[in-house]
Amino acid sequence: MKTACAVLLVVVMVVATTIGSVSIPLGDAWAVITGHLTGNTAGLDPVSDQILWQYRVPRVVLAALCGAGLSVAGVVLQALVANPLADPYVLGISSGASVGAVLVLTAGVGTLGVSSAAFLGAAASVAVVFTLGQQRGRLVPTRLVLVGVAVGYVLSALTSYIQLRANPNELKSVMFWLLGSVAGARWEQLGLVSAVVLITVAALMLYGRRLNALVTGEESATSLGVDVRRARVGLLLTSSLLTGTLIAVAGGVGFVGLMIPHLVRLLVGADHRRVLPLAALGGALYLVLVDLLARTVDSPNELPLGIFTAAFGAPFFLWLLRRGRTLGEA
Amino acid sequence: MRLDIAGVGVTLDGKPILDDVSLTVPQGSVVGLVGPNGSGKSTLLRTVYRSLRPLTGAVKLDDADLWSMPIRASARRVAAVLQEGGTSALTVAEIVELGRTPHHGVISRTTPEDREAVRVAMERAGVTELAERSMTSLSGGERQRVHLARALAQEPALLVLDEPTNHLDIRARFSLLATVRKLGVTTLAVLHELDLAVRSCDHLVVLDHGKVAAAGEVLDALTPTILREVFGVHAKAERHSDGVVRITYAADPLGDL
Repeated sequence: MKTACAVLLVVVMVVATTIGSVSIPLGDAWAVITGHLTGNTAGLDPVSDQILWQYRVPRVVLAALCGAGLSVAGVVLQALVANPLADPYVLGISSGASVGAVLVLTAGVGTLGVSSAAFLGAAASVAVVFTLGQQRGRLVPTRLVLVGVAVGYVLSALTSYIQLRANPNELKSVMFWLLGSVAGARWEQLGLVSAVVLITVAALMLYGRRLNALVTGEESATSLGVDVRRARVGLLLTSSLLTGTLIAVAGGVGFVGLMIPHLVRLLVGADHRRVLPLAALGGALYLVLVDLLARTVDSPNELPLGIFTAAFGAPFFLWLLRRGRTLGEA
Repeated sequence: MRLDIAGVGVTLDGKPILDDVSLTVPQGSVVGLVGPNGSGKSTLLRTVYRSLRPLTGAVKLDDADLWSMPIRASARRVAAVLQEGGTSALTVAEIVELGRTPHHGVISRTTPEDREAVRVAMERAGVTELAERSMTSLSGGERQRVHLARALAQEPALLVLDEPTNHLDIRARFSLLATVRKLGVTTLAVLHELDLAVRSCDHLVVLDHGKVAAAGEVLDALTPTILREVFGVHAKAERHSDGVVRITYAADPLGDL
């Protein structure tokens, strides 16, 4: 199943690069991609090479990274806080990132780029939530969620205030950022982003067995030889780094991290050793397809990803709730 | 292996819960930990399965200090059946396989030994037929057997059980404890019901307000005086002609105390 998903993902990614305001034949796209991967770019059509390699490929790659990363972070957080409604943003990380990004987009604070500001905002809010979420020196999941929600509200209030003072042009780019987009994907930033995503996702995959133990309860996990305190800190920090990095480059892409984990659990059960890799592949596939819609539906205009993830995600989520099977039992 | 709890003291939120508790569970025997609510039974167990570090004293398995081992090493020696952990969406087989967790490092795959340990554990606990069921579809008795199987999959030298018969119907209670007896694994069990405790344990340890009030063979530990002073009831434990120890409660067990 994993191999089939991986093959499907690669096929969809390649096909996605051929579609857009300019259609490129699949053969040409394949030639451009393999040409660049093997370092043999001689004889490629310069126009399709430019469109494909400079714009579409990085974009599709970033969409896949975002989908994979957010889904894996969602799986981890749902298990950690034992709440099916948890998503990668449950600890207030997106509100922190929003403040940073919106400040730069509207006021152009200093020389900081939007991504750096969003990342700093996310890091700052995570630091606050982790500090206030402790009880006698240990991270207590229910407390973390409550603190995350409260801190999120404070920061959202700040974001709203900044938005009110922004002019209409700035407001459009703010909206776009808040709803998430991979349109700005460039090779220069992809190196760092993919390194962070691949390393953190790989690290989280190693927690499959321990996540299974953790969802049976703290005492029970301890009796199975899991150092609960260390596992929690490791999981929370790693998934925060992952989410913070993605939100910095793609904005607040919602719903993927909530929906894909539940979908995967419905399909393959609750064993995290299966759920984690399939959530990564499924999330990547989903966001590549959603991004394809985002740039073709209203072509040549772009639409933010968040509109589509929510437009498809929310009805799907309601359908899941009606079926009401494994939901509620992370 | 033999379990030695030596002079264990525990304080929670500044309140002393256990004070200088010592007891021994000899190799291969089943020792019951009994006492009224709040006497510290479950807390004492927590110091054995590494959930709560004792302030004073030591917990030793054959002279090896449990608390100075890495937690994964102690979880290969001590397995616990607790009162939580029944709501997961995992299947029975997956729950039992959790017992293999301490046998694995960060990077490792399921081995044939794992599969064999899981198979044997499910057979011994009598849950082989339930393998593919989800935990939520099981009865309380079946669920508790699955937790027992999970503990057995750890291949432990010592089993600790925290009120394993809680919420089970009477047949499931007898049947679970009969299974535990047959295992032959060194066992320390918190038991709420004295009738079950006297039937299924080799020794009893009576806790009262965090201290050991009595310990020894069933009839030596559960004297009428202990039953009256610790448990607050008029009753006596006696061996019947069929060799089984039973507790008989007075007509008015609360009487004048």
